[in-house]
Amino acid sequence: MKGAGVPPEPAAPSVAARGLVKMYGGFAALDGIDLDIGPGESVLLLGPNGAGKSTFLRLVAMLQRPSGGTLRLWGEDPARADRTALRRRIGLLSHQGFLYDHLTAAENLIFYGRLYGLAMDAGRARKALAEVGLEGRRDDVVRAFSRGMQQRLALARALLHEPEMVLLDEPFTGLDRQGARTLQSMLAARLRGRRTCLMVTHDFEPALPLATRIVILADGRIVLDRPAAGLDAAGLDAIYRRTTDLAVPVPAAS
Amino acid sequence: MTYFGIVALVAAKDLRTELRSREQALSLMVFAVLVLVVFNFAFDFTIIDFKTLGPGILWVAFIFSGVLALNHSFRIEREQDRIEGILLAPIDRSAFYLGKVLSTVLFMGTVEAVLVPLSAILFNQSITPRLGLMILALVLNTIGFAAVGTLFAAITTQTRRSEVLLPLLLFPAAVPIALAAVRTTSHILAGRPFARYANWVYMSAAYDLIFIAAAVLLFDYALQE
Amino acid sequence: MRAMLPRILLALTALAVPVSLHMVFLVAPTEQKMGVVQRIFYYHVPSAFMAFLGVGVCAIMSALYLWRKERRFDIMAHAAAELGVLFCTIVLITGPIWARPIWGVWWTGEVRLTSTLILWLIYVGYLLLRENADNREQAARWGAVVAIVGALDIPIIYKSVEWWRGLHPKVLKISGGGGLDPVMERTLLFCTITFLLLFATLFLERVRLGLQEEEIETLEHAIGRRPATAAPGTGPGGIGS
Repeated sequence: MKGAGVPPEPAAPSVAARGLVKMYGGFAALDGIDLDIGPGESVLLLGPNGAGKSTFLRLVAMLQRPSGGTLRLWGEDPARADRTALRRRIGLLSHQGFLYDHLTAAENLIFYGRLYGLAMDAGRARKALAEVGLEGRRDDVVRAFSRGMQQRLALARALLHEPEMVLLDEPFTGLDRQGARTLQSMLAARLRGRRTCLMVTHDFEPALPLATRIVILADGRIVLDRPAAGLDAAGLDAIYRRTTDLAVPVPAAS
Repeated sequence: MTYFGIVALVAAKDLRTELRSREQALSLMVFAVLVLVVFNFAFDFTIIDFKTLGPGILWVAFIFSGVLALNHSFRIEREQDRIEGILLAPIDRSAFYLGKVLSTVLFMGTVEAVLVPLSAILFNQSITPRLGLMILALVLNTIGFAAVGTLFAAITTQTRRSEVLLPLLLFPAAVPIALAAVRTTSHILAGRPFARYANWVYMSAAYDLIFIAAAVLLFDYALQE
Repeated sequence: MRAMLPRILLALTALAVPVSLHMVFLVAPTEQKMGVVQRIFYYHVPSAFMAFLGVGVCAIMSALYLWRKERRFDIMAHAAAELGVLFCTIVLITGPIWARPIWGVWWTGEVRLTSTLILWLIYVGYLLLRENADNREQAARWGAVVAIVGALDIPIIYKSVEWWRGLHPKVLKISGGGGLDPVMERTLLFCTITFLLLFATLFLERVRLGLQEEEIETLEHAIGRRPATAAPGTGPGGIGS
């Protein structure tokens, strides 16, 4: 299951799901997921609409509770453990930036930083902004930002508290090719090998270089789980089509 | 950050957003003034004493603008799923609740601070001799309204019909506060001794304590997904 | 034995109702001042008790649901609220019907009736809120929050309306013992028990219905999601179909 080159972990995996089920009324969005994600792994989660990818990510983020099966984060059960402590170790970058339009970039970071218990001030905010190339715009309100800039700010927000695990939910949505490339290079610089990563996206072109492992979901079940080594976009596309047997829409980033 | 630090942080964020956008403040104010003006025309105040009807009119204006403020406050969090940024944070969610109550009380307080003097002018009423007591009555009852209102608004703004559902749930639940507010204000304006309306003041205080405590315990359930 | 309980309750209720009718219309003496109309009291008062019972059960079940997250508690809370609203509606209808011939007005602004109207509004709001939730679990959670706040609020509402109105008209005051003719008292007691049996019967039926609905949903899910192992294309969107 794990790709070649990943050493056996002595500690509990970052994410361990067994028979994970999530029901919405009578509909099973997740229908028995068995998945382990080890520290440092970077999983790219793909699948057709309604396959359950975002649902799985949201369960890992503890935004929702499972209906059945077990989910463990770093060996702990979110339903019983101190969720606050677990939340501190997770960062989420969504297609929604969670940014306050009328606050400046710096103010947004100071707000979130303090929310996460960091000693935030203008100086620290400045540093964080510099890392995503937004230092010059720190006193501009987010309303004036382009989509690409907003996503970079959102990335700074998501990584501000140095989380062990980063979750990405369609981060490339709405970005043009250049924007996607920029975001990708920033993600590569800050994630690769240092943090556990779970990416959910339709745009697997920019995401693939960041991944160490590919998992494909369909109808709430895992249908493929293999290392990403040696795969290029075309190869992945072929595998995806074959596995899901559905027409794959042209990735939005092209 | 400490618990009350988070409370202050959330309230400050709301205030700063409001000061920048001014979306809400202006429409709240205009709406409340309109209510006052409508009542000015609706009743003939040469015959009716403002002391009798005034507090009722004022609190109708405050309550309606309070509902607007609550809806707006949570609409901001609902847009673009910003609330998830809060849900992901390693904080006690009841601190977020109290922060929202605080900012709502401040918004409603601003409306009250404008409307009370305005009504004094419009209806030729003097209120300055008992200003301290008036402020106490306003604060105590606004807190109660905001306490239950924030809890309910957190829920109703997740539905499509929140404009209808919030008043439907909140108005009956806030009846004790509305009655206490009107009676207390009325007695204060009439210059009666504290003993006359002390029970209403204690009721408001008890309401505030009970429902803030209940909401602090229940708020997490309102926001879970 | 437990399966027999609904049957037993139904039988008891079926027996109690005609007996209570007999008592209300034939046994209980006619009231001096109000005449025959006063007999509506024997439906008005027990209905009020049942409305409060519904509210109380709803609040307790809601708290249990939030604590334990077991669906049956939510089903019971929902059932109790529905019955509470039902009996509350009866109170609000019988009240004016009683008042009209006696005072010539439909609504007297009497404290208990006003407070009961507010109670009715809160629990109608509860039911409407549940309808507007996205899914069962959300409806249960939101309902629980409102039910608990509502139950805490009820005594405060009643007190505040009482203070607001000053004195309440003594004529409509329902005294719990002293001042009531013993035959009338017995009739009232019997009617209350009848209503209690009715409440319990309806409650158990409603809960049973809710549990069955739950079971159907679970079964539907199990059938709908099973992958097509035999014939291809039989399961919705199954792999390889």
